[in-house]
Amino acid sequence: MALPVAFFAVFFAWPVAAIVARGLKADGAWQFGRITDVVTQPDIRHVLWFTIWQALASTALTLLLALPAAYVFARLDFPGKRLLRAVVTVPFVLPTVVVGTAFLALVGRGGLLDDLWGVRLDTTVWAILLAHVFFNYAVVVRTVGGLWAQLDPRQEEAARMLGASPLGAWRKVTLPALAPAVAAAALMVFLFTFTSFGVVQILGGPTFSTLEVEIYRQTSEIFDLSTAAVLTLVQFVAVGAILAVHAWTVRRRETALRLVDAEITARRPRGAGQWTLLAAVLVTIALLLALPLAVLVRRSLDAPGLGYYRALTNADGGTFLVAPVHAVWTSLQYAGAATAIAVVIGGLAAAALARRDAGRLVRGFDALLMLPLGVSAVTVGFGFLIALDKPPLDLRQSWILVPLAQALVGAPFVVRTMLPVLRAVDGRLREAAAVLGASPWRVWREVDLPLVRRALLVAAGFAFAVSLGEFGATVFIARPDNPTLPVAVARLLSRPGDLNYGQAMALSTLLMVVCAAALLILERLRTDRTGEF
Amino acid sequence: MHNKTFVAVAAGLGLITLSALTGCGSTATKSSSDSKTVTLVSHDSWAVSKSVLGDFEKQSGYKVHVLKDGDAGQAVNKALLTKDNPQGDVFFGVDNTLLSRALAGGLFQPYQAKGLAKVGAAYQLDQDKHRVTPVDYGDICVNYDKAYFSEHKLTPPQSFADLAKPEYKNLLVTENAATSSPGLGFLLGSAAQFGDNGWQDYWKKLKANGVKVVDGWEQAYYQEFSGSSEGKKAGGDRPLVVSYASSPPAEVIYAKKRPSTAPTGVASGTCFRQIEFAGLLSNARNPKGAQAFIDFLVSKEFQEDMPLNMYVYPVLDGAKVPAEFTEYGPAAQHPETMAPGKITANRDQWVKSWTSLVLK
Repeated sequence: MALPVAFFAVFFAWPVAAIVARGLKADGAWQFGRITDVVTQPDIRHVLWFTIWQALASTALTLLLALPAAYVFARLDFPGKRLLRAVVTVPFVLPTVVVGTAFLALVGRGGLLDDLWGVRLDTTVWAILLAHVFFNYAVVVRTVGGLWAQLDPRQEEAARMLGASPLGAWRKVTLPALAPAVAAAALMVFLFTFTSFGVVQILGGPTFSTLEVEIYRQTSEIFDLSTAAVLTLVQFVAVGAILAVHAWTVRRRETALRLVDAEITARRPRGAGQWTLLAAVLVTIALLLALPLAVLVRRSLDAPGLGYYRALTNADGGTFLVAPVHAVWTSLQYAGAATAIAVVIGGLAAAALARRDAGRLVRGFDALLMLPLGVSAVTVGFGFLIALDKPPLDLRQSWILVPLAQALVGAPFVVRTMLPVLRAVDGRLREAAAVLGASPWRVWREVDLPLVRRALLVAAGFAFAVSLGEFGATVFIARPDNPTLPVAVARLLSRPGDLNYGQAMALSTLLMVVCAAALLILERLRTDRTGEF
Repeated sequence: MHNKTFVAVAAGLGLITLSALTGCGSTATKSSSDSKTVTLVSHDSWAVSKSVLGDFEKQSGYKVHVLKDGDAGQAVNKALLTKDNPQGDVFFGVDNTLLSRALAGGLFQPYQAKGLAKVGAAYQLDQDKHRVTPVDYGDICVNYDKAYFSEHKLTPPQSFADLAKPEYKNLLVTENAATSSPGLGFLLGSAAQFGDNGWQDYWKKLKANGVKVVDGWEQAYYQEFSGSSEGKKAGGDRPLVVSYASSPPAEVIYAKKRPSTAPTGVASGTCFRQIEFAGLLSNARNPKGAQAFIDFLVSKEFQEDMPLNMYVYPVLDGAKVPAEFTEYGPAAQHPETMAPGKITANRDQWVKSWTSLVLK
């Protein structure tokens, strides 16, 4: 427990506190009056209002489109299901620059819709909402679908035998069991869209701004650190509240449900209703998730003879000091290091949280570990720059800074994946082993490890994929001579010319393939689906 | 089989981690405490010919390490945040719109560059203290698509006032003044032209006349503007764009087949002058090296190399400007200017008013 707390304190709490203090302290005195000044400004209230309503709209739209898919993945069996489940998860780990670009290529000027019907959605709120659905579809499918698959269908059948209509049986039996999972998924989607940055920046144009975008603008462009600090605090409070409610719903979900093996609940689709639903879900996935990705791939192939891919090995582009393809290697290394850190920190935290004698304080730490997901990346990035620049922790010149920032984002996923599994390990097994004379180390190795090994691998895989795609914090601290994949994509996109654009598409495609491969491996490894992501 | 998978994945992860620990460790950059290295912190647009930089390294004995740190505004802000323990020795790329912020923040320490006497006095905005040295200038001007105007038998606009006229309705695209430096330059130019009180009325007229605002220069110039070669391909339909006086020569130099005249022109009465400076960072670890590098920035060799690398004009008297520049994109004769102090005093308020006036 001590290690995760120390890690969290040094690499999250301290840098964030340092940058907030820099903004709110003038001549050594705290300027708390700034808080009311800032939040009463009409512009800022406009931002707050937009942040909330677009998050609500995005969440509603995501639930509307993804809940049928959760059902289909849970209850129906069809060829290619595993592959499809991996496909719908790919967007979640893709960096926002790539997604923003894919959507621009689809709905922007000269995009596919523009060519076909003259429809342009860029700089409208529709592009933002669609991209948010694209990103968070998997959150609902995995969280709700995972549980749904394990609910015993016989309970619903029993209700129908007793005379309930299909809808009535569903409403009385399945819905109450699912509700906490739906609520948890909705809250996660709300959290991710509430703190949306890249999507809003790229697709929204200059007119739309969420809190997170405004923090970025105030810090990085206007250099009004005190306004940024106030906004950071506002976001902090909001995210804290969301996480508290989330922790509560998750705990409710852990109340006893009769769970069965997911393998036996799925059946071949029967009847027109199920076939229609399956078809509708497949069409939604094709249009909403696969199409943007396909457009991306197609654009990367525009040059004859894989020209854009071949250009990636060329160091003379001028954009970087190294060939863009070097970023692939850099990214893999960084993500590897970040995964190692996240697994150690997150694993230790999960182990501490899973103990039955864990008190309230420890459980509070659970929600705290999620905070990095909701705190502005620019705040963390700038915080790193000013807080970690002196001995004994002079890390600013060090490459480890990037993996550290990425591990902050990866660790919550490790905790969320490991925790349910660790909690499910029957304590009596450990006691029995101890009674039979096994040392604590041997108990862990012989009892815990075999049970959590898969969960550990899945957690590591997720942390790896998330680290690969992390953009917000990395862009502030990555060394210009060692860009990661997402950073390289962003740089290429900001350069003029066809070749740079094509290379950006090609690099994005590579990143996508790596993420998809990682997720496919996870699908094969994953047997237990109680994990929350 | 599962055991094998586990071992394979674990081994893979381990290998990657190991290589990360060893591989990156060796490529991590040396800190500038090394007195033989000068670290330059700059924005993403920094560029110099390899041979010219090589000459400096040979003659001075310093090795130059370049840290490109985001766009101009971001690079300045990051430098300000880290000024007690700077990331390098020299900073290049603070312009007159941000100069006061950098000076007031104590970013630089004084150094009078060798050869400064031959740099035009008009560019020396910190002449008393020499905390910054002017390196280049450029003009932010409205560019027009020549083909569009000849097809429509329309005279291209010449001045700020022209842009609000009905014959130019829905033709102009500009950048967000809050996020883009040409966008800000154009706003400041209009404020210099119409005065502190008049510019808002002017922008109301521009808005009524259908000005389009996008976030960045890339989008404006390469997506919306019908005159650039990329814009043509992207289906850009705005024949007027806020860009640079050096954009027409760039169109010629980068064309697949060099045209006899530039496809675009500059509305000469719509320009705002941007001057870029370099300075010796406070608390630099290698001040000697930094000074040598600043001298190099105003040397004839660098000044003449600069235009075709960064598309700006030299500040050194007598530095030769490439023929393409004089032919296709002469610097504006009477650009609008504004004192850095005045910019600092008003910038944030103006940008705020501009945002609610034009974007909301």
